[in-house]
Amino acid sequence: MPDPSEPRSTRRGVALVALTVLLALGAAACSTELPQNSLNPAGPEARKIDDLWWLVFWIAVVIFVLVESALIYAAFRFRRRRNSDDRVRQVHGNTRLEVLWTIIPVVILAIIAVPTLSTIFDLRREPGPEENALEINVIGHQWWWEFEYPEYGIETANELHIPEDRTVYLSLTSADVIHSFWVPQLNGKRDAVPGRVNHLTIIADEPGTYLGQCAEFCGLAHADMRHRVYAHTADDFDAWVAEQQEPAFEPQEGLAGQGWQIFEIVCTACHNVRGTSAQVTRTMTADDGGVTRGFAVSLAPDLTHFGSRTTFGGASFENTADHLRAWLANPADLKPMTPELNDPAEGRILGMPNFGLEADEIDALISLLETWQ
Amino acid sequence: MATLTAGTPALTEGPVRRGLWAWITTTDHKRIGILYGITAIFFFVVGGVEALLIRLQLATPNGEVLSADAYNQMFTMHATTMVFLVVMPLAAAFANYFLPLQLGARDVAFPRLNSLSYWIFFFGGMFLTVSFFVGGAPDGGWFGYAPLSTQVDEVVRMDYWALGLQILGVASIASSVNFITTVLTMRAPGMTLMRMPVFSWMTLVVAFLLLFSLPMVAVGLFQVFFDRNLGTLFFDAAGGGDPVLWQHLFWLFGHPEVYVLILPAMGIVSEVLPTFSRKPLFGRTFVIFSGIAIGFMGFGVWAHHMFTTGLGPVAEAAFALTTMFIAVPTGVKIFNWLGTIWGGSVRFNSSMLFALGFIALFVVGGLSGVTHSIVPADSQQHDSYYVVAHFHYVLFGGAIFGIFSGIYYWFPKVTGRLLGEVLGKWNFWLMFIGMNLTFAPMHMLGLNGMPRRTYRYGEGLGFDLWNLVATVGSLILAFGVLLFLVNAFRSYRRGAEAGPDPWDGRTLEWTTSSPPPEHNFDRVPTVEAEDDFWHRKYAEDAEGRAVPRTDVVEVADGPEEDIHLPSPSFYPVLSAFGMFVTLMGLVYVPWGIVASAAGIVITLWGLFGWSMEPLVKEGH
Amino acid sequence: MAADTVTTTEGHHPDPDVMRKTAMWAFLGSEVLFFGSLITTFLLYRTRIGDGPGPADIFDVPFTSISSFVLLMSSLTMVLAHHAAGRRDWRRMRVWLVATSLLGIVFLSGQAFEFTEFVHEGLTVSTSPFGSSFYLLTSFHGAHVAIGVLMLLATALMSWAGKLRPGEGMNVEAVGLYWHFVDIVWIVIFTVVYLLQV
Repeated sequence: MPDPSEPRSTRRGVALVALTVLLALGAAACSTELPQNSLNPAGPEARKIDDLWWLVFWIAVVIFVLVESALIYAAFRFRRRRNSDDRVRQVHGNTRLEVLWTIIPVVILAIIAVPTLSTIFDLRREPGPEENALEINVIGHQWWWEFEYPEYGIETANELHIPEDRTVYLSLTSADVIHSFWVPQLNGKRDAVPGRVNHLTIIADEPGTYLGQCAEFCGLAHADMRHRVYAHTADDFDAWVAEQQEPAFEPQEGLAGQGWQIFEIVCTACHNVRGTSAQVTRTMTADDGGVTRGFAVSLAPDLTHFGSRTTFGGASFENTADHLRAWLANPADLKPMTPELNDPAEGRILGMPNFGLEADEIDALISLLETWQ
Repeated sequence: MATLTAGTPALTEGPVRRGLWAWITTTDHKRIGILYGITAIFFFVVGGVEALLIRLQLATPNGEVLSADAYNQMFTMHATTMVFLVVMPLAAAFANYFLPLQLGARDVAFPRLNSLSYWIFFFGGMFLTVSFFVGGAPDGGWFGYAPLSTQVDEVVRMDYWALGLQILGVASIASSVNFITTVLTMRAPGMTLMRMPVFSWMTLVVAFLLLFSLPMVAVGLFQVFFDRNLGTLFFDAAGGGDPVLWQHLFWLFGHPEVYVLILPAMGIVSEVLPTFSRKPLFGRTFVIFSGIAIGFMGFGVWAHHMFTTGLGPVAEAAFALTTMFIAVPTGVKIFNWLGTIWGGSVRFNSSMLFALGFIALFVVGGLSGVTHSIVPADSQQHDSYYVVAHFHYVLFGGAIFGIFSGIYYWFPKVTGRLLGEVLGKWNFWLMFIGMNLTFAPMHMLGLNGMPRRTYRYGEGLGFDLWNLVATVGSLILAFGVLLFLVNAFRSYRRGAEAGPDPWDGRTLEWTTSSPPPEHNFDRVPTVEAEDDFWHRKYAEDAEGRAVPRTDVVEVADGPEEDIHLPSPSFYPVLSAFGMFVTLMGLVYVPWGIVASAAGIVITLWGLFGWSMEPLVKEGH
Repeated sequence: MAADTVTTTEGHHPDPDVMRKTAMWAFLGSEVLFFGSLITTFLLYRTRIGDGPGPADIFDVPFTSISSFVLLMSSLTMVLAHHAAGRRDWRRMRVWLVATSLLGIVFLSGQAFEFTEFVHEGLTVSTSPFGSSFYLLTSFHGAHVAIGVLMLLATALMSWAGKLRPGEGMNVEAVGLYWHFVDIVWIVIFTVVYLLQV
């Protein structure tokens, strides 16, 4: 049997030191201002989670250090010495010790369990009437989000606008497969399950942009199903709502007018534009804790105020003329989709088809979309 | 019947059979174990290549190595391969080879059923892999969440997955029944249950876990397959079905499955640590009972995979508690392993390094597992890279490191030669460093908001650095695995002769030659203690220290006797092949029905021939 | 052979019949979970009938009661077959095995008739979750009965051909365990599906 070689044992130590350094580096990364960081909470709900996380994290770090040190110490201290006669004491166990190290974890876990349970119920509570919560319906689609504001009669896609400091109560469901709504800085994620309604409360402390993306694998373009939350001051939010409540119009003249003529033929099969003849929705129902709720669901993103959006295509592409040009030339070039499988009658829409548009038609459509601010 | 000559028991078998046909028709548990092992290592390479492609794609933002479609196939098949075609069959390889040897038996209870299990696994693996070449592999995730998995064929290709998992389940149930019967009826005289080696114990627990968990996912898989192909409405919300039912059925299997993957590794480590510390396993009874406790509690924690599904706070609180408390028996094992090393004479060979590495890494995975029970925190971690980091610490740092420890430990018994120590240590350190570089950064990625199963990520999200580190780590890891393959190949050809007992072992497999004869033991051993072989070699002095025995121990081993070994049989492989043809046909309904019918005929032919064929043929 | 040497190696030459019985018990344990999952699915979905017919519209309880009775009787004939095997009365054992399988076939015919009726009345696998789960549960039970019939006939055939040697192949006891299990499961299914229509 070869002797334990010292350099190798030392290397083991070096590796663990390296691991520790890595973890320290990681800890440093927590503090940086990342836009989708769960460790940088921007609202009370996310902060409750964050507080709980750090409590458990530090307990785990202490246990980690103790156990790994004990392991390294034991392996070193009791390594086989040169010329050892190997006559080690044959200890079979120690009941008292074993009972002790069964009880200690139980006690630690019991300590963690208390705040965990209270936070579970806290985060899942339904806001009372005194909170004047803003209710929004969130409907997942392959691969974009539909946001309905029943209170204001408006609808957006992929970009959720909310007022700061006001409780926002989301009702989540899905038009096709399971999705998951996740804005790490505002709260944990919540699944959008077809046939069911789930709820999630988000509150933003301050105006700002909070990024998120679908967290439940939903097929081909899951990675490109992103969303973002814009939090505004109360006044700005009211202004935004007023603006969104304005209907769009059907331009008759100029480039935009040409665009509308194309739009009417090509796009109205799926897209809604409030105030125009483009109106297409289907209805579906979902169970909300025993109550059946109906939803009017769009087939494709509502474009009424498309020009006011900063992104499109599942909040994955900035709303610029260049991006729009590429998109309209062939949507699947930008975002993987399978529109050839669309079956609107079955409610199955799997992306925007390539309509083979000419360059001048594309320019006309872009002009139209920019009109709808 | 042959006459006895002194020292050489009469065999009803002829000389050792050679050649491909002998391997295909073998009913020898040791050969079947080797077949499991080699097939699983092959799939380990396949799954590893899939993993590397995933890592290359994610090395930089907006990677272009793989398309979204190819990426979805890769992660679906990487998980499916590693779980069902690598870790489970590697554990089955050890269980096949060493369960009878550790129990002092000549074979498993049903040798031909054992062969059938292997061949179903083999064809099941081929069935899944062949999908890559006939229009694309499954791409709906290994967990196949409905209704994504029940969307039409052009959207997700999940028929190969639903049928492949089903048939692999059949193989696992058959071998579970086999192992349970082997343990309950074939132990050597004196081998009471509590004297059974811990690896054999964990194999028994795993067999029960599979036996009771697989049928639930089997029902779910039938429902997925019928929703896809017959128009049933199990998971169709518009038609009144409930997608969440699938999640329950899947995780009622899926969580016990986690313990199916890790318990064999825990069993291996519980053999390796005592051997190389030259001390008995500390608190052996505690370790065994905590394994059983994990088995039972494993059925009560499934919904912690569903904390974001919307179960309601009461259910979430209940499953948070059960999840926390399953950590207790797991923690107990870790402390007992530490207690085993403590005060021992620790040898740092490759097997031991992997066992120590197992503990070091499993602690990380165990602790991050506890953070999942904190439901609010889990709502951030769930389906993020944090979870990917967690279960790779458990399944790579845990299961794979444990299995590698077992390979270095038992390779000499199987081949008669030691695995090289120099390459072995390079193998360990590269895998250890590579593994940590790959998976530790994923904790950060997940907490920073990177979801799983995304084929690309944009710039400016802060995901760049850690993804690059992880990809570099995965290359180091892959190099470590490559060194293992080189080492195994070289050692098999010109490794040092091992002899029957190279490690001064403690359990019965070390009492017989390396490799063992076809009949395992010339005389059936009689067991008088835990770690019986150790006690035949060592006594304890007044202070309880181990001293070599000078006296010859009188053991009442069984007499020399005629040994009836099961004859080779062609029917198991034929039956399994029939099932393969049946499945291939089912993927292509309706016209494939013809092939399915042919497959069923072949299967029935195999089973009929089997039932008419005597286990031990006359004239041998 | 080794019966005389067993004294020192007790337990090492286990009785093959005991091994097969152990294996069958283990397998049936697994089957409990299989049918448990099917029954749970049915219970979850039995009120989800959509626009299709519900349980009260289509079930013919007297008819199914009779076919259930036939299946129950087959447990009796199975006991008689096992009893005959115990007395090594192979001829009678074969008679009872065939009788058992015939009763099983009668039950299966009843199920086939029933399914045809239900389809005519508008309940198919894609009518409603109730329909999907009803057919899944009862047809999987039917498949178990069919496999049981094959096993019974194969056992009778092997006995007739003189291939049913003790210690090899299937034995009557293991087949009997399986058959009784399938019967008991039917009692549960009959109660849950047909009788509990409230």
